[in-house]
Amino acid sequence: MWIKMFNALLTVLYGVGAALIIYWALNKLAELLPAKLEERLKPYFYILPAYLAISVYLLYPAIQTVINSFQDRTSEEWVGLQNYSDLLSSAAFRDTLFNTVLWMLVVPAATVVLGLAVATLADRLKPSTEKLTKTIIFLPMAISLVGAAVIWDLVYAVRPAGQPQTGLQNAIVTVLGFDPITWLQESTLHLNSFLLMLVLLWAQVGFAMVLLSAAVKGVPVDTLEAARIDGANERKIFFQVVVPQIKGTIITVFITVLISVMKIFDIVFVMTRGNYNTNVLGNEFFTQLNTNFNNGAAAAVVVLLMVAVIPVMFYQVKHFKAEEANA
Amino acid sequence: MSQQPSATVAGATPTPETRQKKSAARFDANPAKAGWLTKLVLVLICFLWMVPLFGTFVTSFRTVNAADTSGWWTFLGSLDELTLDNYREALQGSDMGVGLINSFAITLPATFIPLLVAAFAAYAFTFMEFPGRDFLFLAIVSLLVVPNYVAFVPMLQIYDTLNLNGTFPAVWLAHIGFGMSLAIYILRNYMATLPMTVIESAKVDGASHFQTFWRLVLPMSVPALAGFAIFQFLWVWNDLLVALVFIGPGDNAPVTQQLSQLKGQFGQGANLTTAGAFITMLVPVAVFLALQRFFVRGLTAGAVKG
Repeated sequence: MWIKMFNALLTVLYGVGAALIIYWALNKLAELLPAKLEERLKPYFYILPAYLAISVYLLYPAIQTVINSFQDRTSEEWVGLQNYSDLLSSAAFRDTLFNTVLWMLVVPAATVVLGLAVATLADRLKPSTEKLTKTIIFLPMAISLVGAAVIWDLVYAVRPAGQPQTGLQNAIVTVLGFDPITWLQESTLHLNSFLLMLVLLWAQVGFAMVLLSAAVKGVPVDTLEAARIDGANERKIFFQVVVPQIKGTIITVFITVLISVMKIFDIVFVMTRGNYNTNVLGNEFFTQLNTNFNNGAAAAVVVLLMVAVIPVMFYQVKHFKAEEANA
Repeated sequence: MSQQPSATVAGATPTPETRQKKSAARFDANPAKAGWLTKLVLVLICFLWMVPLFGTFVTSFRTVNAADTSGWWTFLGSLDELTLDNYREALQGSDMGVGLINSFAITLPATFIPLLVAAFAAYAFTFMEFPGRDFLFLAIVSLLVVPNYVAFVPMLQIYDTLNLNGTFPAVWLAHIGFGMSLAIYILRNYMATLPMTVIESAKVDGASHFQTFWRLVLPMSVPALAGFAIFQFLWVWNDLLVALVFIGPGDNAPVTQQLSQLKGQFGQGANLTTAGAFITMLVPVAVFLALQRFFVRGLTAGAVKG
């Protein structure tokens, strides 16, 4: 098995080495050209390999996926809109869509609010304590969502009534004199979906906090002091001085989390496999691909995701252009 | 990210760099001091954040019987039931030792190869003028949000004809493709903050673009390179979906996939899955704690408008 490790290291060396040689060769090639042409072509040589990777792994597949979504399960026959109408006419899939929207409505907003709260409050601690606090909140970011699912199982675990509970929540519930609850199967009011969201929140708040903390620290102290001299209280300073100045970062974090929530897969796959009305688009995609072996339906799910992403994409580009204009 | 907090960062953070210098001069940045309520809230949040992790840690050292019949918080009452067997069982019985090697074999190339490729592109976008530059970069910006799900069905079909399914190169290449737009975006935004005068004087001194890139821009971009490398390392190491699709069960599965299988086995004890969880997170958490400074800087600097 050490051979694998050795191969990996060799691959790093070869890969980086090969990339260097390619660029060096491209560069030499450009230099052989007449000076004028060289100046013109060199930039394209520099970006060529990157665009090759992007074309093969994003652009071409995006087009191919749209095509696949109009074909049957093995991508052989054209079936028109069949995949879409099959999906949208199924009640289970409509529940899946609803759950995904629920995730999109709750998680990004909650992440930003909690991240901003921790960033703002921790900013008032002395530097060493602030650092420790932030490390604790940020740490789950390094843990895989599979790992997070195992970790949170110990919170949601259930044992039959009368036996000692091994899950934290049920331990509390039974101490209070109630019967244990099978948390992850409890879909009344989407309770189980919310519990899964909590796991993602635990994993992602640190990310929001780090970016927002940098923004909060970037707010000029003068503006805070001026507001204080004018007699504004801390709450007012926060909402009327700090928040408007970090609005850009807030939106950035919100969008980043929103995009990752639209694609959420691991937590649902590992904790419930999408059962008990917790299914989401990401897991539905994987089920279609790997359990149903239905390429057409899987591709249709992805196309729905892409369509949902388009508005965000437009916003992103607009936002970027505005930023560039300000530079 | 975890399903990583995914590969998109667009940005508008005011430069933390300048502020840090300022705050070093005036020894406290924020004149507002934390009251007892603030401290209480923060202690509570930190406590809630750590409890599940601590419970997992404790459970991973308990016997099957103890983990199955009592809560982990009772472990102080049965210290004699603590054991290392779970780790032995997970590493050998469940092959997670092999999985660790696989994870390294997948992650290292997928982290380092895209760096250089992206750095060249970022250099061209920052320091070269060419027709179509703005359009091509906007394409990168908009591709940041395209879900990598689009690649799975078509690439499975291509890999099938190339006989690549289940192999390491299948995942390497996929991660290189998926990470590319974010890498270019972060590096380009960072390079745009480098002092233009230094690069121009190099040009005046007769340095070629290749030399300027290799001797000047690359060394100056180390913070952003390190930041992205850590980001990509965590993202690839912690990935489950790409591995499930392109590698599938078998000898080449990384630890995340093994943990997911372990957890899926009916009646699997929490003592074993928690040990497995700790095995999967050991490396990324160590990398994270050791390099947190670079990671944070890369994350924020990348998001900073140049």
